[in-house]
Amino acid sequence: MESILPKKKAKKPMQKSLKARDNELAVTNRQLEILDGGIFADGELPYFKDKIAEIGHFPLRPKKLEILQINVGYMCNQVCEHCHVDAGPDRKEIMTRETMKQCLEVIKNTGAHTLDLTGGAPEMNPDFEWFVEEAAKAGIKDFIVRSNLTIIRANKKYHHLPDFFKKHNVHVISSMPHYTRGKTDKQRGDGVFDKSIKALQELNARGYGMPGSDLRLDLVYNPSGAYLPGDQMALEKDFKKALDEDFGIQFHNLFAITNLPIARFLDYLIASENYEDYMYALVEAYNPAAVGNVMCTNTISISWDGWLYDCDFNQMLDLKVASKVKHISEYNEDVLNDRNIIISQHCYGCTAGAGSSCQGTVA
Amino acid sequence: MANSYYDPADLRKFGKITEWSEELGTKFFDYYGKVFEEGALSAREKSLIALAVSHVVKCPYCIDAYTKDGLQKGITKEEMMEAVHAGAAIESGATLVHGVQMMNKYNKLSM
Ligand code: SF4
Ligand code: SF4
Repeated sequence: MESILPKKKAKKPMQKSLKARDNELAVTNRQLEILDGGIFADGELPYFKDKIAEIGHFPLRPKKLEILQINVGYMCNQVCEHCHVDAGPDRKEIMTRETMKQCLEVIKNTGAHTLDLTGGAPEMNPDFEWFVEEAAKAGIKDFIVRSNLTIIRANKKYHHLPDFFKKHNVHVISSMPHYTRGKTDKQRGDGVFDKSIKALQELNARGYGMPGSDLRLDLVYNPSGAYLPGDQMALEKDFKKALDEDFGIQFHNLFAITNLPIARFLDYLIASENYEDYMYALVEAYNPAAVGNVMCTNTISISWDGWLYDCDFNQMLDLKVASKVKHISEYNEDVLNDRNIIISQHCYGCTAGAGSSCQGTVA
Repeated sequence: MANSYYDPADLRKFGKITEWSEELGTKFFDYYGKVFEEGALSAREKSLIALAVSHVVKCPYCIDAYTKDGLQKGITKEEMMEAVHAGAAIESGATLVHGVQMMNKYNKLSM
């Protein structure tokens, strides 16, 4: 007789990036085909374009530029299942010092008040520290580094990072999928939870994230599966309580970010047969009030090789800005800001519920 | 016509019941939404109660919906399973407590 008891699952080997696996989704056109086809082409669900046209937001246009987000490379010490960058140790795309110099010119002259360094694990770029030191001199108001936390504990050469961040008054934003070990390790890999806890404690010891401290430490939460994030405030309350009670850890804000259906998360959605339900959930949660504040309306995203994009997601879909100015070498803020933003069905991820951006909710 | 009684895709169409009875449907959904708001009980606590009841009434739509709702609220699988056990314990207790009725009847009928 068949037993109804579950069989023990084999342990998953360390993943590779879609690119290294030669997965069909490593080709960005294939992703766009999926996002434009299926339930959208059938008319079962409305195109994002039509949805925002209803409220007079098509074409989507930028407002004042506030944030320069620079992706210094796709290499990462982790291979998270949901990663929209398809980052990992096998990715070799890394920003050169040449391109960094071009970015520094832009940083010195920009009207943006926030500089946001991301990756991959930005710290793995060999010129990362040089770049941070130079960029800090430009006196930009809010200087963010998106650190995955485990990198700080990954290798001796990164142990000094908390001191380095403090020295340059860097605002640290780190991902933490859950306050329990099981959920964290499932999304991000075995051992990630313990290393992240240790890294947070070290940041706290430098004053990061402490109540009233100017050393900003925020956490990013994104769901470990095919569902949308719950209420950001309620989650922040739960995270604060659990991390404080269990580990004495403090942090400032929690940003609840929706996973966008691109790259590895799209691969996961399709493989787990959740794609259609997830798109339905995104469209159902569409909030017109979030449209005016989506991230691309105040951000420019710069890739490791200097190309300009409306956001980090469009970067991963290789949708360069629809402007005469497409590369950092020819950067011109006024020309750039006079453009139409390129959208597709992944944009529903930014307008679901309270909206979602790299800084959390927007509505 | 579908050839099974339950289709997971029907859950998405739940809102359509309003089309055949506008007033009652709307009243129901207003009430439903209100019930699950943050109140004397947190939305998180209510989600766990809903999950337990979903199992007791054996509604596959509700089970899908409140498992997802729990995930969205950061509820762990251990908490969810304990809620299901709480529901199951009440349900089995409700069966077993009728054993007293059986005993009463047995005693009454026996010499
Ligand atoms: S989600 Fe972040 S930490 Fe995880 S693989 Fe992607 S870039 Fe690295
Ligand atoms: S995915 Fe990018 S382009 Fe689309 S709405 Fe979000 S930020 Fe804008």
